[in-house]
Amino acid sequence: MLRAELRAAVGTIELEVVLEVPEGDCLALAGPSGAGKTTILRLLAGLAQPDRGRIECGGELWLREDGASLPAERRRCGLVFQHYALFPHLTAAQNVAYGLRDVPRAQRRAGALELLERFGAQHVADDRPRTLSGGERQRVALARALASEPKLLLLDEPLAALDPRTGARAARELGAFLREADIPTVLVTHDFGQAALLGDRVAVIDAGRIVQQGGAAELAAAPASGFVADFTGANVLSGVARAGEAGLTRIDLDGGGAVVSTDPAEGRVAVSVYPWEVELEPPGANHAGSARNHVSATVTTVTVLGARVRVGLSAPQPLSAEITDASLDRLGLKPGASVTATWKAAATRLSPG
Amino acid sequence: MRGRGWFAALLVLTLAVALVFLVLPVVAIFTHTTPAKLISSLGDPTSTDALRLSLETSTIAVAVIVLVGTPAAYLLATREFPGKQLVVTLVELPLVLPPAVAGIGLLASLGPGGFLGPTLENLGIPLSLNTAAVVVALTFVAAPFYLRQGQAAFGALDKSWLEASRTLGASEGKTFARVAIPAAIPGLAAGLALAWGRALGEFGATLMFAGSFRGITQTAPLAIYGEFATDFDGALALSAVLVAVSGALLLAVKFLVGSGAFGGAAR
Repeated sequence: MLRAELRAAVGTIELEVVLEVPEGDCLALAGPSGAGKTTILRLLAGLAQPDRGRIECGGELWLREDGASLPAERRRCGLVFQHYALFPHLTAAQNVAYGLRDVPRAQRRAGALELLERFGAQHVADDRPRTLSGGERQRVALARALASEPKLLLLDEPLAALDPRTGARAARELGAFLREADIPTVLVTHDFGQAALLGDRVAVIDAGRIVQQGGAAELAAAPASGFVADFTGANVLSGVARAGEAGLTRIDLDGGGAVVSTDPAEGRVAVSVYPWEVELEPPGANHAGSARNHVSATVTTVTVLGARVRVGLSAPQPLSAEITDASLDRLGLKPGASVTATWKAAATRLSPG
Repeated sequence: MRGRGWFAALLVLTLAVALVFLVLPVVAIFTHTTPAKLISSLGDPTSTDALRLSLETSTIAVAVIVLVGTPAAYLLATREFPGKQLVVTLVELPLVLPPAVAGIGLLASLGPGGFLGPTLENLGIPLSLNTAAVVVALTFVAAPFYLRQGQAAFGALDKSWLEASRTLGASEGKTFARVAIPAAIPGLAAGLALAWGRALGEFGATLMFAGSFRGITQTAPLAIYGEFATDFDGALALSAVLVAVSGALLLAVKFLVGSGAFGGAAR
């Protein structure tokens, strides 16, 4: 169990977070760069000192309220750096053996090989880091971090240094490993998708504060603020809400146009709608469906994502829709085409703007 | 095309001029007399004493520089503190001091009449006209070369290597010994070679601070100066040996750094 309260001034932001991660759980700290995510990891590892705080992990007190703290080398805390930080002058096996501090010297190589094998990297045991691929480096770094039998595992952007193809495979392997791990893990990512994939819980962090915390699906379905909605990938529009007809809320959008929502709200709001809730119709089509919201727009971009297509739209406020490639063919959409974007009142979420 | 050809020719010409000018004196040392005469001149006891003294004193000086300079350079490279730029500048100052000024400074501080002279005398390590004084002079002029290079080498290390070592349970001291030094070895070796080369060639400060007594303070450069009026061949022979040793040092460093014998500094 990790319990931490941290306060620190980092550049222009004031960091203030409370974290609680049970054994075997993975908390994903997700947020834009500069939000203070990596700083939190450094504070937990003891590589930086907070202005005030308390860290308790695995029954040990690492940092007391009065500022007394265990130095980094005595906090059993495995940290996997963003670029892995493998020692360039040592082979992969020697890198891992470096962390085997409690193992007698003669048994360190065997121990290192065992760890490398666990991560499927025994074939690079005698290679130097500069000859390894990104995926291999990550496995070695993970094996090394676990060599010291840490009571807390920290991962800084574990997939960011990998190319997309390696990244997908590494993500699956890392996910499988984290499900089995029996220590608390905190990982940091700027990508909500990765946070959702790897974290049991996701904490969205902005300007040094956790703005919302919960399961990834929960966050995407009920974002507490426009920032969270935006970060989870939703369209975010701004406007002013007031009670409308039939028990719905009517929002007059900034820049013109109006939409309705089933969420109650009053005053300035952030309106969020997921791209996959937005459907596209030719302009002037008679609106047969149940969708209550209709916004005239011009297509600006068409991006194919496998079988799905992300369509960027120019309207009074920019918008995006995610449709199937069959719809794309049917509508014959190209940049410059006029369309009507429609979505349901129930898919329109409101949060304080 | 014509303009480019003209410029390329200019580049080649300037390099050729520089090369001829820099290499000519070195070549002349070996070609002015016959190799047999060079070798026989080396048998002269003045030459052998001077060479032996040069090797001994420069080795001791370089050992002291590496021992003290490595941790000091690490401190300069990894910590920020008020007045750091001033400290760096002061440490580098001997690089630009004229050797005569260095000699005077050493006399005024550590020499028999200097302000620390009596103290050293009481401690039983007087520094005047003895071999220890040679070592001090060489250390003074050569240390900045190593410190500068060492600071650059440690400064170029990825900070996350040092931090990773800490999170893996290594104290700061162990991190320094097991990660920082091995990873910075190519740069440190280059600094060592520069410092050694400078120490081997030291002339002015040694002459002023330690004098030129055969077998005691007369290093190879001082012997060359002492001999060239009376025994030009002997001076040539000594010079040839110094050229060979300095060249070998330079080559050894280039080879070690280039071959990645130390694992290199790639991530």
